[in-house]
Amino acid sequence: MKYLITLVTALATVMVTTTAQAFCGFYVAKADTSLFNRASQVVLVRDDDRTVITMANDFEGEVEDFAVVIPVPTRIEREQINVGDRAVIQHLDAYTSPRLVEYHDGNPCHRYELEERMKSDADLPAAAAQLRRSAKSQGVTIEASYTVGEYDILILSAKESSGLIRWLNDNDYKLPRGAKRVVDSYLGQGMRFFVAKVNVEEQSKLGYQYLRPLQVAYESNKFMLPIRLGTLNAKGKQELYVYALTRTGRVETTNYRTVKLPTNVEVPEFVEGEFADFYRDMFARQTEKENGRAVFLEYAWDMAWCDPCAADPLSSKELRKLGVFWIDERDARDKRSIVPQAQNVFVTRLHVSYDAEHFPEDLMFQETGDRQNYQGRYVIRHPWKGEASCDITQYEASVRERQEREAQLLASMTGWDIGDIRKKIPFAGGIQPANENEPWWKRIWN
Amino acid sequence: MVSISRLRDPRYYQVAVLATLLGIGVLALDFGIHWQNAVAILLTAQAVQYLGTRLAGLPRFDPLSALITSLSLTLLLRTELPLLAVAAAMIAIGSKFLLRVRGKHVFNPANVALVTLMLLSDRAWVSSGQWGSAAIGAFGLACLGFLVLTRAKRAETTIAFLIGYAALLFGRALWLGDPLSIPVHQLQNGALLIFAFFMISDPKTTPNAARGRVAYALLVATVAFTIQFIFYQPNGPILALILCAPLVPVIDALLQGTHYRWEKPDAHSSAHPKGV
Repeated sequence: MKYLITLVTALATVMVTTTAQAFCGFYVAKADTSLFNRASQVVLVRDDDRTVITMANDFEGEVEDFAVVIPVPTRIEREQINVGDRAVIQHLDAYTSPRLVEYHDGNPCHRYELEERMKSDADLPAAAAQLRRSAKSQGVTIEASYTVGEYDILILSAKESSGLIRWLNDNDYKLPRGAKRVVDSYLGQGMRFFVAKVNVEEQSKLGYQYLRPLQVAYESNKFMLPIRLGTLNAKGKQELYVYALTRTGRVETTNYRTVKLPTNVEVPEFVEGEFADFYRDMFARQTEKENGRAVFLEYAWDMAWCDPCAADPLSSKELRKLGVFWIDERDARDKRSIVPQAQNVFVTRLHVSYDAEHFPEDLMFQETGDRQNYQGRYVIRHPWKGEASCDITQYEASVRERQEREAQLLASMTGWDIGDIRKKIPFAGGIQPANENEPWWKRIWN
Repeated sequence: MVSISRLRDPRYYQVAVLATLLGIGVLALDFGIHWQNAVAILLTAQAVQYLGTRLAGLPRFDPLSALITSLSLTLLLRTELPLLAVAAAMIAIGSKFLLRVRGKHVFNPANVALVTLMLLSDRAWVSSGQWGSAAIGAFGLACLGFLVLTRAKRAETTIAFLIGYAALLFGRALWLGDPLSIPVHQLQNGALLIFAFFMISDPKTTPNAARGRVAYALLVATVAFTIQFIFYQPNGPILALILCAPLVPVIDALLQGTHYRWEKPDAHSSAHPKGV
């Protein structure tokens, strides 16, 4: 049986190892997109009506059964489709990931000494999909068919709205329920489709062990991302990351709320080992707080720099690969400079967990004039653990106060049980601070 | 007696409602409104209002309308640059004194400022999605807004606009075969309701005759829909209002009605001779 995966191509995400020193605080781990299952990543490069979209997702399964139907806002031709470089998306993911930084309290007896330590994140294993031969197309409504990289691309005639559905049915693709309705609606809005299937022969010739992202360049006044097909065959909510690369400023959705996640928050030390769980639960909690109807901002920054850096900014060459067409070609080719500075590129990372119930309409975007930098940054402050050469009772009391404050904040951000959190915190001086929520009489005769 | 006649002025209610919305926006919805911008808009608007009053030789300085415009601008205009906020307030209040036809200003002040800045600068924008679509919130806005309108006795503009816009959205959904949750979601937009209740309803810039106002509201709804769903551009209603505003003097010339005065909301009641 064949399966139809909608919206984006399949891809197993592999993480890059990054170790980067930062100006203040050190980067130790990142909540990259591999934390979330069924995650799709889309890069949207946009200036005026010109758009370049790059699509990747974490499809795992038999590629021979794999086809992706991609709605695009306009008619497209062969030269407008390209196969991208997965490493660049991974780099963009790493660069824009929410980050955990750590500080170490100085010796309380020597107030102004500060000790800092650097850590790097761990490697994550790569998953490789096994590839087999794909089926041949035999549809009647195909307008053009050609091979781009490892993909067979089929551009379908849109003269009859049932053409696409009929072709897919004729070719034994399993269509999710309600697909015809959505396809008809898109056609009514002037949108067009193409189908991409993996050409296994080409793929083995090219030697790739995974599916590379597909790219499409088009010109359209619609600054949007069609998500409705993606909600049809999904089991539960789907995770989507949108990286918008624009010339002026931050990108936001115009038909859903775009909300900043809590940031610059101090968290207890143990979160270092549970950063993935922390971030996932905090994201779920914040989504719930917005009734499941918000798009979240995870990063907004001028591409020329970062602080602290989860990864180096993308080079001009990498940005050209993603389709940032306003960067000078000469800059992109210039390999002499060690860290090429990309000019006039503002990156916005949006993260949304969506389903049909909470996101009935496609995501519509606009570019704003907001150039304020924003990043998801979580801070660990390690108390001084060395030998004390003076009376540190006061210092310990202030650390306990801080630890308790961090515990309460963590509980409210993630919905974790405050009691469990407190158990994991090594309170300074070994003294558990008084629990404010505990009934007052419990402490009378202790 | 002075205090009673003051309470009859619907603008006091309007100030209260807009201030409440501003409070909700800042405290509950995290709008990211900079207080510097708010202060800049408030002070500039009053200064220009005062200057305009003196230069136009008006009998007395009235800070209330400029205050309402300031609140609308603070709610809708987003910018990182306080200078643009100052420019917005100058354009808004200045347009009231400079762009006049037959004793009425042509454009809604906040509207003309928003559109001018959006067109001339890429550092100013309107965040129409930031109100979210929480049904209860939208309902609350609608009720509060309606209170203002009933005092202003010009509810038909708002009602006609909302009905016209909703009809177009539902018509589009039916034509495309979309689920009705889509037009419902499109209507549950706080920014749309603020536009309908506080911007298009401005009695100073709508036609004098009731029939004219209904026709005008339906026209704005159609143009807004066209911008938003045929040209796929954001801020359809705000752009539509500016495009349609020059037609108001034409409608006034064709259909007779009463020129609205804030201080006498009952100006067209039986206490006054007909046709004035």
